[in-house]
Amino acid sequence: MKIKPRIREINKYQYWGYLFITPWIIGFIVLQLYPLLASLNYSFTDFNMLNDPRYIGFQNYIRMFTKDVNFSQSVKVTLIRVLFAVPMKIIFALMVAMLLNIRLKGMNFYRTIFYLPSIFGGSVAISVLWKFLFMREGLINRLLSVFSIKPVDWLGNPDIALFTVSLVTIWEFGSSMVLFLAGLKQIPRELYEAAKIDGASLLKQFYYVTLPLLTPIVFFNLVMQTINAFQEFTTPFVITSGGPAKSTYLYAMLIYENGFKFLKMGYASALSWLMFIAIIIITALVFKSSPYWVYYGDGGST
Amino acid sequence: MIRKSKSDIRNFLLHLLLSLLGAIMIYPLVWMFFASFKTNDEIFNSVRLLPAEFNLDGYILGWKGNRQIGFNTFLINTLKLVVPTVIFTVISSPLVAYGFARFRFPFHRILFALMLSTLMLPNTVLVVPRYIMFRNFGWLDTYLPFTIPALLATAPFYTFMIYQFLRSLPVELDESAKIDGLGPIGILLRILLPLLKPAIFSAAVFQLIWTWNDFFNVLIFVPSVNKYTLSLGLRMMMDIEAASAWNQIMAMSVVAILPCALFFFFTQRYFVEGIATTGLKG
Repeated sequence: MKIKPRIREINKYQYWGYLFITPWIIGFIVLQLYPLLASLNYSFTDFNMLNDPRYIGFQNYIRMFTKDVNFSQSVKVTLIRVLFAVPMKIIFALMVAMLLNIRLKGMNFYRTIFYLPSIFGGSVAISVLWKFLFMREGLINRLLSVFSIKPVDWLGNPDIALFTVSLVTIWEFGSSMVLFLAGLKQIPRELYEAAKIDGASLLKQFYYVTLPLLTPIVFFNLVMQTINAFQEFTTPFVITSGGPAKSTYLYAMLIYENGFKFLKMGYASALSWLMFIAIIIITALVFKSSPYWVYYGDGGST
Repeated sequence: MIRKSKSDIRNFLLHLLLSLLGAIMIYPLVWMFFASFKTNDEIFNSVRLLPAEFNLDGYILGWKGNRQIGFNTFLINTLKLVVPTVIFTVISSPLVAYGFARFRFPFHRILFALMLSTLMLPNTVLVVPRYIMFRNFGWLDTYLPFTIPALLATAPFYTFMIYQFLRSLPVELDESAKIDGLGPIGILLRILLPLLKPAIFSAAVFQLIWTWNDFFNVLIFVPSVNKYTLSLGLRMMMDIEAASAWNQIMAMSVVAILPCALFFFFTQRYFVEGIATTGLKG
């Protein structure tokens, strides 16, 4: 509380601040704001980069909803993926973080191991590995055959390919886990002791103490992971190229193919803007819902 | 005594559970590492983890690549992309973070909120207009689409991370430095930067690993094969080799991620702290 006036006081130099943030201001205007507005503009044009953009009104937007079968397909699989992978990842991260929060020797070692896959993010090497693991004659199927289980067509069956590809993301739950761990460490032990005295079982302690106090972190993870999940590109692109039968044809691939394969820059811009609006709406909904389930220790004034 | 043995059993079970889970988690990575030393036949015909004998063919043949361009070119390209990007990030982010953390200029709140909100701005939305823009600048097939944004601190993650760290340093430091006659730049360089080292290092570590692994942006902004990075080279190899030379593909995958893995092991504390202080990273 004290800090603010003090900063003002010592800084008769306050305008120096502009000097320091100048790089970002330029970067923001040229590399973020301008492209964002430019793509809104392009979204109302027919533009293949060879000729000048030609304005066609809302036709790009009308086309996606009426003529483009790939659009509805990619919206469908993207939503399924988001709804499946994001909660799974968060639940997994929370469970492992709870285990790692128990004071025990060697926990840092386990934390390193669980975090390791996450540093590779959507790298090609990991996608290559995934493809090899889940190919028809890949490692997983051969391990299954050791237990005389019939091979599963993990990547060739349109009903499960999306699941297989999404597993990579769930496998990389490390950063959510680290956030949960940091949150768990901040829960005062007295709360658990009080709960124990009241005779609360472990399950009840989790439900009435741990979970409410972690809801801000769940909230944060939910927002960031959802935004990321909408943009997933590398893994499906490298592993399945969107197939089989477009069952892993995620929205980012739709934008990529229209923009950079078919050079329909206007249409790709319209697709991008639709995604942007969708993300804003979903994020806003999550934010709006937060008073009902996110617990803030200071009474909710952020 | 009874209590103690009970908690011993609990600890033992916990270790068992965690090592089992951990083993499942990293088994694919360990498997990839050893598979890179197997022959192609062995990769497909054996489920054993360790190779019958360590065979370097995957590395030797894979490294040569199959067109005229080998992995030494891809590795050099990756370094040409990653090193300046990291250096620029490390220069620009502390400056911007310092500006936001220690000065209260008009519109400070709005600008700061804008910067934070760009955290949620999806890259995928910007990629089409950025491509058109960079193409007009003549930046395609160069690494400028990566280095210039880093120089202009457009990745708010790093700025915010350093900002958070700066806020935890007491303002009294600045005050006493001012009494000693230091100006804003002197305070940053002489007083704050030395203290910020861990945060700056965290930012460098993240930027290094993410840029190293970046695929989507390189795919779009770098069309020519002789400018490809490791990620792109690997993808190309997989397309060409299809299902034939998995030992080479595995070996080159190891080449692509081993530097990151080693780097992570030596610097992991910065990762964990970086994530925990910002509460960020997707």
